[in-house]
Amino acid sequence: MLLLAMSIGVAAVIALTSLGEGARRYVADEFQALGTRMIIVIPGRSETGGVSPGMLSGETPRDLTLSDALAVQRLPGVARVAPLVVGSAPASVGALEREAPVMGSSSELMPVHGFVLARGDFLPPGDLSRDTAVAVIGNNIARELFPGREAIGGNLRIGDRRFRVVGVLADQGRMIGMDSQELIIVPVSAAQALFNTESLFRLLIQAHTRDDMTRVRDATIEAIKLRHQGEEDVTVITQDALLSTFDRIFTALTLTLAGIASISLAVAGVLIMNVMLVSVSQRTSEVGLLKAIGATRGQITALFLTEAILLSVAGAIAGMAVGFGVDWVVGNIYPSLPLNPPVWAIVMALVVAILSGVVFGLMPARRASRLDPVAALAGRR
Amino acid sequence: MIDLQNICRHFQMGDQEVRALDQIDVHIESGEYVSIMGPSGSGKSTLLNVLGLLDRPTAGTYLLDGRETTSLDDEELAHTRARKIGFIFQSFHLIPRLTAFENVELPLVLAGVAPEVRRPRVQELLASLSLESRAKHRPNELSGGQRQRVAIARAMVMQPAVLLADEPTGNLDHISGAEVLAAIEGLNARGITLLVVTHDAEVAQRARRHIRMRDGKVVEDAT
Ligand SMILES: Nc1ncnc2c1ncn2[C@@H]1O[C@H](COP(=O)(O)OP(=O)(O)OP(=O)(O)O)[C@@H](O)[C@H]1O
Ligand SMILES: [Mg+2]
Repeated sequence: MLLLAMSIGVAAVIALTSLGEGARRYVADEFQALGTRMIIVIPGRSETGGVSPGMLSGETPRDLTLSDALAVQRLPGVARVAPLVVGSAPASVGALEREAPVMGSSSELMPVHGFVLARGDFLPPGDLSRDTAVAVIGNNIARELFPGREAIGGNLRIGDRRFRVVGVLADQGRMIGMDSQELIIVPVSAAQALFNTESLFRLLIQAHTRDDMTRVRDATIEAIKLRHQGEEDVTVITQDALLSTFDRIFTALTLTLAGIASISLAVAGVLIMNVMLVSVSQRTSEVGLLKAIGATRGQITALFLTEAILLSVAGAIAGMAVGFGVDWVVGNIYPSLPLNPPVWAIVMALVVAILSGVVFGLMPARRASRLDPVAALAGRR
Repeated sequence: MIDLQNICRHFQMGDQEVRALDQIDVHIESGEYVSIMGPSGSGKSTLLNVLGLLDRPTAGTYLLDGRETTSLDDEELAHTRARKIGFIFQSFHLIPRLTAFENVELPLVLAGVAPEVRRPRVQELLASLSLESRAKHRPNELSGGQRQRVAIARAMVMQPAVLLADEPTGNLDHISGAEVLAAIEGLNARGITLLVVTHDAEVAQRARRHIRMRDGKVVEDAT
């Protein structure tokens, strides 16, 4: 009963805090994957300042265009600008055909976004408006459309246009929800022609330094406002701001979970006290005997206190096993969640367990040590 | 060795005062073998508890080895008990979770004696009480006589000067009782001061000095 309560308490601390931490780290990692020093311009104004669904789907009151991108490129503090057009189109080589997500961008996309090439080259640098017919493709696309042969140098048909493959992306797993293995990247103007659109889906900006971020963000908003007849019709988010918001949310969440778990630990502590009190009264005559053979009060207190601590630590260890077990199970169901309980949570759980052993064991232990030896020997209290 | 002067032990029961010990004067030399008899409630156990420093007298002085004990604090009493006094009880009072060996070892553990010193001493004592084959048994696996001999070993392990036995044969059959008596008399023969409270006249007769109590007073003290 007591062990159970203590185990549940510690298990809860371990499992809940690692879930909270795991979720936080999952989000953090995902955003880290966006690249560093990144500022994202999204067409459309979000009134709340938060991330609204309409904004994420990129509804456009007024289009963000390539000339906007060029204007931003000239702002001080801006290192790189990568425009983004996204769509889906049928890709074919000879008789082999499949539907694939197509991303239109520039050579800057690679450093801004942190793409890595398996082999070949990325998009060539140069004028954004020049429509070069080259493509960089994901690993799976390469395997499926060029089975058994080298994709680089090969010709690829996307929609009604022909492209020459210049590079193959390395497998980087999912990046901002897009599988780098299943992706085709082409120059932005080619993508615009392909999807018959002038507007950009996103504008990715990389600042020179972290300190430049706020300045660049404000300057970007100003510059685009100026170009859009004084209307602030874009949303600009910095990676940092997003990250720290999520960080705060998840830290609060983790702490709340830890708090809930701690309450169960306190309940366990009260149970310890009860068990120890029962144990002292059941063993009254033993205490009497110990006194008869010369045990001091201090020794008897220490004896019962040790017992209480052992009990709670045993519970804590059992609880940790359960907690890690839960983590393991959840980790198998959601492999992408990095589920490690934070070190502070493990330490805290142990410390609280030992402390509750001491705190709640002290009263019964002192009661035992104060028993009158004659009465105790007779089994009376 | 033991010097009781005008010892009183009164219990307050509601508004009634029970005089369990009423002005006791007893002097016991080192190495004596004393039996204490008397009707139930005459104060025999109370006397033994006072002698064993488990209970404090209400009044009077108790000198143990020439040292005044009534002014000692709990800590000093515990240490004196550990070093000078061995107890054996009618109901043995062995700790059920511990083996015979561990029960005997317990006073040494409490006194902080090193394990390598404890081991041979406990073994030797168990052997002298013909218990060597029972060292690893728990109390519930032992007969009454064996339990009481384990209790004797535990009382002796700190080599006390006084052994106080409160009806040591009270729970034992005739043969086991005789074995236990033989064991403690052997200790007395080697110099320990032995006090035995008993209801059994036959047991009492074996002592060299006989104290008889009634209503908290010593009514007879004969050698
Ligand atoms: N803790 C106590 N509170 C009140 N009265 C007590 C207490 N302990 C002993 N007495 C009383 O003191 C008197 C002496 O008790 P004691 O136990 O010394 O008798 P005894 O001679 O050992 O008797 P028995 O032969 O039955 O063991 C009794 O009247 C008993 O009721
Ligand atoms: Mg008695």
